[in-house]
Amino acid sequence: MLDPILLARIQFGANITFHILFPTITIALAWVLLFFKLRYNRTGDMKWMDAYKFWVKVFAVTFALGVVSGITMSFQFGTNWPGFMETVGNIAGPLLAYEVLTAFFLEATFLGIMLFGFNRVSNRVHTLATVLVAVGTSMSAFWILVLNSWMQTPVGFEMIDGKAHATDWLAIIFNPSFPYRFTHMMLASGLTAAFLIAGVSAWRWLRGDHSGSVMAGMKTGVYLGAALIPLQILAGDMHGLNTLEHQPAKVAAMEGIWETERGADLRLFAVPDEAARTNHFEITLPNMASVILTHSWEGEVKGLNEFEGKHPPVAPVFYAFRIMVGIGMLMLLVSWIGAWQLKRQGQPKPWLARALLFMTFSGWVATVAGWYVTEIGRQPWLVYGVMTTAQAASKVPSGMILSTLIMYLVVYVALIAAYVSVVFYMARRASRAAMGDITPKPPAPSMQPTLQGAE
Amino acid sequence: MSPLPDLSTFNAWLPIIFMGIMGLSMLAYVVLDGYDLGVGILLRRADADQKDLMIGSIGPFWDANETWLVLGVGILLVAFPMAHGAILTALYLPVALMLLGLILRGVAFDFRAKAHADHKETWNRTFYAGSLLAALSQGYMLGAYITGFERSWAATGFAMLIAPCVAAGYTLLGATWLVMKTEGDLQKRAAFWARRALWLTAVGVLLVSLATPFVSERIFAKWFSLPYVVLLAPIPLATAVLFVLTDRILRALPLPGDKLNWVPFAATVAIFVLAFFGLAYSLFPYLVIDKIDIWQAASAPESLKIILAGAAVVVPVIIGYTIFSYRVFGGKAQPLAYY
Ligand code: HDD
Ligand code: HEM
Ligand code: HEM
Repeated sequence: MLDPILLARIQFGANITFHILFPTITIALAWVLLFFKLRYNRTGDMKWMDAYKFWVKVFAVTFALGVVSGITMSFQFGTNWPGFMETVGNIAGPLLAYEVLTAFFLEATFLGIMLFGFNRVSNRVHTLATVLVAVGTSMSAFWILVLNSWMQTPVGFEMIDGKAHATDWLAIIFNPSFPYRFTHMMLASGLTAAFLIAGVSAWRWLRGDHSGSVMAGMKTGVYLGAALIPLQILAGDMHGLNTLEHQPAKVAAMEGIWETERGADLRLFAVPDEAARTNHFEITLPNMASVILTHSWEGEVKGLNEFEGKHPPVAPVFYAFRIMVGIGMLMLLVSWIGAWQLKRQGQPKPWLARALLFMTFSGWVATVAGWYVTEIGRQPWLVYGVMTTAQAASKVPSGMILSTLIMYLVVYVALIAAYVSVVFYMARRASRAAMGDITPKPPAPSMQPTLQGAE
Repeated sequence: MSPLPDLSTFNAWLPIIFMGIMGLSMLAYVVLDGYDLGVGILLRRADADQKDLMIGSIGPFWDANETWLVLGVGILLVAFPMAHGAILTALYLPVALMLLGLILRGVAFDFRAKAHADHKETWNRTFYAGSLLAALSQGYMLGAYITGFERSWAATGFAMLIAPCVAAGYTLLGATWLVMKTEGDLQKRAAFWARRALWLTAVGVLLVSLATPFVSERIFAKWFSLPYVVLLAPIPLATAVLFVLTDRILRALPLPGDKLNWVPFAATVAIFVLAFFGLAYSLFPYLVIDKIDIWQAASAPESLKIILAGAAVVVPVIIGYTIFSYRVFGGKAQPLAYY
């Protein structure tokens, strides 16, 4: 029979991976929508309104998927990790409660007004609703990242009878890794949304839709990406230094360094072999790991052998880190060339549009890879230094976990496919309407009052 | 009676306060998501234009409605971590099915309007199936909960029996909601649906009320010993009166000028509230019948106080903007339009 702990981990990992795809988009897209709305309020140019109208629909679908997968998450804590709440519930609990109270209700309620209230409230209230939804999504990211960062770098508590009790809430909230993780995640969200917008706009452009709203979307996406990616690389570097201080074993796994050494090389590529405790097929840059991590040519970097038996599985952390950073570099390349072309010529070259299309969902890949580095890199700990993952695991029989796991996986794969195809379907429909080869169908009789109200 | 701890300190009251907050958010969830799940269950019976209207009547609300579930489960998790583990482990499978239902329903709501027209019918059916699945699994969970998660054929059978009754209760909420939010043919049909659902709901209320006292001698004593049997008699009596009243008025609607269209919904909500308080009275102070009480399960007072302080500030604000949103979307439902 399969190990129930392993199954519970796979199930939780699958659910959170599915969930994070959608918040990563909505957190930043909410602010981009606000930007479109404010541009329209300021200039009165319909292209901004058209961009808003199209992206608000994408936002609605994305948000719905975020909500339903999030509700799954809130049950998973209890079903998969009963030990987690029993041990650190006194700390995790209030943080989750504040997320629900200050963020979820806010975004869920004003979402209704933002999506469907345009002709029922004044423009000012509608703009305010858009602001509140954006604030709500960011606030929810704030609280959940407080919790996750606290799990990585726990402080401000004492253990009494095997249970954590809070002693200093400010220390818990602003725990040592929180500022880095929050910054890095918000930037990741901005990049994911930027490349999604640029990619879908590029696709519409390639199909011949050069309308104002498509160009506005593409420019917004490309310029936003170009502005954020250098910040992200900087934030990532500082994040890594912070991790080196608190979780040296994770950094050793990210870098694939086995022996503690001075002047360590940077492994651009390698195949880590945990059984032989060495790497194969290394491609390295001499001394660069020391330079990046210690900012000195001969700095000492601790190797995995210092942590034998207590370090995370090396290969997944190592590869996931390279995927994330690799995509970061690609983003830099594409967005800067793109910004340069769009600035100079006002239009992309077709190959650039194709590159943007190729990068549409690159933010997803980088974000998930980043989370894998973070979460797998923390193993075998669940709360670093406080409790291990195995201690938290559920006693539910593995057959039951396996069957629900299969159910979730089937649903998730189907939903991701449906999501991607609906986004492109909506894009096609918007383009057809913009290019005028279909006149919008006359509204059905029951629709008329609403549409008239909107004109 | 169950042993009460020394209640002279504030700390001993905290679990009671949190049980209250949790109970109220569960009640809010059942009533609010109940009506939109109910509308989902009824979707299959309507024709295409009516479907858009039905969806339009719940579109702006369903997400916030579901958030009450997150709050309720969140408080269970946060305030009573021990009970949370025990309850959710015992209900592992029905919870998974409920989540599946909620997922399908939530995405179908959005996809049906945005996907290719050929797929709209498939998403409509998904919406219906998801709503029904969520309602049935919640009913099953209620049944299993009342029997104290006993593992026997009788207990499983009982839970299976409660499942359709809860679905009928939600259908009743949904149908009376539509009576209030629509007009013309759809309103008439909704009144008809509501009367159909009414009787199965009544059976469900009756079954739950009869079963709880027999599960536990303690609960039996709480209801059927003097003076309680007299003091509590108004609860079942009022419930019975409300059922009859709802049936009568549903037959009479619509009245000229669409008067009293809100009465069936209000009466249904009142039935749910009474049933809820009856159940709460039976259970108190246990979270798992006769096994785990709220003081055993509660987490540390210092954490509960932090949450309470936040909740005291934020919950009134939440209620405020929830009312605002219902006013923005007041009146008869319209098909949803994004702008
Ligand atoms: C960095 C951001 C982030 C992360 C790491 C998580 N979430 Fe999330 N979550 C959001 C950002 C978010 C969001 C942006 O606020 C969502 C997405 C769409 C939405 O409605 O809100 C959301 C929705 C959402 C909902 C539905 C809220 C509603 O009804 O409106 C729940 C219950 C959760 N999440 C729970 C969780 C749990 C238990 C997580 C951890 C294990 C988690 N989320 C990780
Ligand atoms: C949102 C982005 C997140 C992603 C993509 C993510 C990803 C993952 C993955 C892949 C694992 C499995 C690791 C393994 O089994 O080796 C995991 C484990 C876990 N994560 Fe996260 N996580 C995220 C956020 C969070 C947050 C915010 C929390 C808590 C507040 C959290 C709590 C946990 C727990 C309890 C485990 C179980 C330990 C384990 O399975 O190893 N995660 N996560
Ligand atoms: C290119 C330079 C980048 C560097 C040097 C970098 C560095 C890091 C490091 C060191 C971590 C692990 C932190 C820890 O677990 O303690 C991390 C995590 C993460 N990365 Fe990156 N990153 C880069 C680019 C990106 C990009 C482009 C994205 C997404 C668009 C991204 C998204 C994430 C996410 C979501 C996490 C997990 C959350 C967190 O711990 O902050 N990263 N990154």
